[in-house]
Amino acid sequence: MVRQAQMQLLSSFENIEIADGMLQELCSSSAVEEETAYWVGMALREALANAIKHGNKLNPEKRVHVLVRIAPGEELSIEVEDEGEGFAPSDVVDPTSPENLLRKSGRGIFYIRHFMDAVRFSPGERGGTRVALVKRLNKAGQGGLDEERS
Amino acid sequence: MKSAVREFSDVRVLDLEGKITIGSGDVQLRQLVEESLQGGRTKILLNLKGVTHIDSSGIGEMVGCFTTVARRGGAMKLVNLPAKINDLLQVTQLITVFDVFDNEGEALASFSA
Repeated sequence: MVRQAQMQLLSSFENIEIADGMLQELCSSSAVEEETAYWVGMALREALANAIKHGNKLNPEKRVHVLVRIAPGEELSIEVEDEGEGFAPSDVVDPTSPENLLRKSGRGIFYIRHFMDAVRFSPGERGGTRVALVKRLNKAGQGGLDEERS
Repeated sequence: MKSAVREFSDVRVLDLEGKITIGSGDVQLRQLVEESLQGGRTKILLNLKGVTHIDSSGIGEMVGCFTTVARRGGAMKLVNLPAKINDLLQVTQLITVFDVFDNEGEALASFSA
């Protein structure tokens, strides 16, 4: 059975906890393996931090829209959309390049791409940026990527 | 994030617990290190045993603290990395930047080596 949850968050970092809590509950009730849920939660946290900080620029009147959908044994998908002015992910530098290793910022999208199987940025309906994240799941509720790596 | 401070000779150990994430633990970490430097403590060991979550902001703050301490002629090292933090440092190759120890005694001794 497909499970789905939707939230609208004010642009405050404290709300990242609420969204991750919702994700973890949904994962638990959908028998998604704990390790997979942790790393997907990390990706969600990074996407939300980007939306709040770079998208909505911490404007308390702007919201972040979150949709989580889990099809057990198939995939876990997340959409995060801000109400900012748009964002170009191509501007992001490679944080593993020697010249960037000691930079304080620039690792969030790298981590999202590492922990999810598909990541797609597109213009949102509200003028901001929408990021769609997908993690494939196997029948045991584990992330498919880890299985492929082993 | 919760923290505690211990002193061993000229090394300050910062025991960190909980979340080092954007808007909360990351700022606290910076403040703890800055306070240490202001107090003349330039040898700093971060004990990460109790850290449950860290995000890119927390990782970035650790990098910032590392370079700040180094610029002051000191050293900041890490001990008791939880597996998930170790993974995050591995994938961004930051594991090659930090001195990381599994054992606090060895970490403390390394400051005088």
